[in-house]
Amino acid sequence: MVPLSYYMVLSAIVFLTGFVGVLIRRNIIILLLSIELMLNATNINFVAFSHYLNDVSGQVFVFFTLTVAAAEVAVGLAIIIALYRGKATVNVEDLNLMKW
Amino acid sequence: MKYVLIPLLPFAAFLIIGLCGHWIRERAHWIAVTAVFGSLLLSVSAFIDVAQGEPITMTLYSWISSGTFKVDIGFYIDRLTVAMLLLVTIVSGLVHIYTIGYMHGESGYPRFFAYIALFTFSMLMLVMADNFLQLYVFWEAVGLCSYLLIGHWYDRKSANDAATKAFVVNRVGDFGFGLGVMLIFAIFGTLQYQEVFAGAASQAALTLNVGGHWQVGVLTMICLLLFAGAVGKSAQFPLHVWLPDAMEGPTPISALIHAATMVTAGVFMVARLAPLYNLSPAAMDVVAVTGGFTAIFAATIAITQNDIKRVVAYSTVSQLGYMMMACGLGVYTAGMYHLLTHGAFKALLFLGCGSVIIALHHEQDIRRMGGLKDKLPITYWTFVIGSIALAGIPLTSGFFSKDEILIGAWTAGTLGKTLAVVGLMTAFLTAFYSARLVFVAFWGPSRVDPKHAQHIHEPSPTMTVPLMILAALAIITGYVGIPEFLASVLPGPSGPAETHHGSPEAMAIMVIASLAGIGGIAAAYMIYVGSPGLSKRLAAQWPSAYGLSLNKWYMDELYDAWIVKPTTEAADILWRGVDVAVIDAAVNGVARVVTFWSGMLRLLQSGQVQHYALAMALGAVAILGVYVLF
Repeated sequence: MVPLSYYMVLSAIVFLTGFVGVLIRRNIIILLLSIELMLNATNINFVAFSHYLNDVSGQVFVFFTLTVAAAEVAVGLAIIIALYRGKATVNVEDLNLMKW
Repeated sequence: MKYVLIPLLPFAAFLIIGLCGHWIRERAHWIAVTAVFGSLLLSVSAFIDVAQGEPITMTLYSWISSGTFKVDIGFYIDRLTVAMLLLVTIVSGLVHIYTIGYMHGESGYPRFFAYIALFTFSMLMLVMADNFLQLYVFWEAVGLCSYLLIGHWYDRKSANDAATKAFVVNRVGDFGFGLGVMLIFAIFGTLQYQEVFAGAASQAALTLNVGGHWQVGVLTMICLLLFAGAVGKSAQFPLHVWLPDAMEGPTPISALIHAATMVTAGVFMVARLAPLYNLSPAAMDVVAVTGGFTAIFAATIAITQNDIKRVVAYSTVSQLGYMMMACGLGVYTAGMYHLLTHGAFKALLFLGCGSVIIALHHEQDIRRMGGLKDKLPITYWTFVIGSIALAGIPLTSGFFSKDEILIGAWTAGTLGKTLAVVGLMTAFLTAFYSARLVFVAFWGPSRVDPKHAQHIHEPSPTMTVPLMILAALAIITGYVGIPEFLASVLPGPSGPAETHHGSPEAMAIMVIASLAGIGGIAAAYMIYVGSPGLSKRLAAQWPSAYGLSLNKWYMDELYDAWIVKPTTEAADILWRGVDVAVIDAAVNGVARVVTFWSGMLRLLQSGQVQHYALAMALGAVAILGVYVLF
């Protein structure tokens, strides 16, 4: 039996990896992937707590999250492609039109 | 109720032409002329009704009703009013017809007719008013029309300046007029003429404390304040300066507004309010002295001016002074008589000037005229009739009305005798400059610019017919018994006006006045026809007197130095010192602070997604930190 805290630590490590990825990487596709990592870190938490508390609703929630995440990736990638067609770059530092 | 149409017809013409002028264009005169002649016919009908019976009073509607302050729009039509109605509609009608020829092909043709119709409406409402507020409103309205029409050629700077000057100078007088109306309401609690006249005698003893030292009779105060308005409107000294400049406007305007009707509104007002003025001898003396001084003052200027319209303009100022003097001396009938005859012959003179100006392609300097008598026979003969009427040569209308004033003045006490002498001197000068105008402009060798000299011809019948009608009127108005017609409604301070024509004194004055007129013409003949060059020698002999007259006694320069310059300088100080340094600085300072800080704050919005993500994360950490720690 793996204690709950192990899952918590794993989840925290994955979340921080994703978070740092969002902050420091420049490629917008990597950014999107990093966001997925953070999302899945929360999924780990959900499942762990579901098992620990003997309540399936946490696992049900994960399915919803996955579905939404899939849709989100589809939209996100579509936006990135549209952006790339317009700007010919995937570097977020060059995508800075929305300012002052 | 048909009298309502007298002012409303021109007003309807104004609305139609004003709103549809773009489509009406050169047909505008049909509407305006029809309307004015409709008014003329109705005025004749009003004249017949009033001459046979009682004054007509009517209230159209209640204009203002607020507590005890009630003002109606109403008409009071008595003999004085119908005389003015006839003058206004006849001169206005003739000027309308004349304008068709004069303004033909000029820019703003429908606009001109719209304004001239509006003026006719305002002037008719002014003379028909039955209360002070209506008088005041239309007093201002005629001033507005005057402003608009002086500035008809608004692309000329001189016309704009003249219009502004007329408006601003009139403001000075109208300020007093407005105060006078307020004081009337404060004292009498009503603005109706008849109620004020009825209550005036009981307020005669009431005094006001002015400046803490002087007790001034309240009626005197009212009369003087109202007279301030008349000084502005009727171009009396010291507010006469706008009228000569107003000659920048088209000549028909000079004839209608600045000779026959609007400028006489001041005289009309004093005559209308005779029951008030009669109760205040002090105010009457002020009116008389102002008028007498203006009469001779303007005459001395007129004798040396070289612009044909300015000579006639100064003569108008002088004649207005004459009328004012008569009113101030209590011989209102004589003043009104002269007003009516003057309306005819002065309109004639101005329209004659216009005819000359058109024939010479807008040349106004009499030194570049001469020899026009054979080329413009109709204009010449009508001009001569106007001039001898102005000069007061026997058997013309001007002779009778001027005589009436002088005899009336002579019988009105010591002040009257003094002013009668002033009037006689003025009569001499008047004859002199009128004759000078005829001799220099129409006689002698032609000094016209050679390139126009061949083309000089009489203008179209629309211009010459009004001249001939006015020339006839300039004679006839002397014989139709105007003073007898008006005597009953214009009692002097000592009861109904009496006539002294039979007395030896009156005969003597008549003879002296005639001699003054003939003498003036003879002097002008000697100087300008008998020995050409004498005028230059005289000017060289008395350069200071000549310069004083030529430069209008330096009145414009005086005003410029004492009033205009200090005002503009004070405005300049306020502009730079207060407006720019304080108000603008405060407003701009607030804006600058906001700009600075927003400039700082906007740097936060970098456009870099990761900056926002970091800020969000730090915020989340901070919130969590607070939550965990506390």
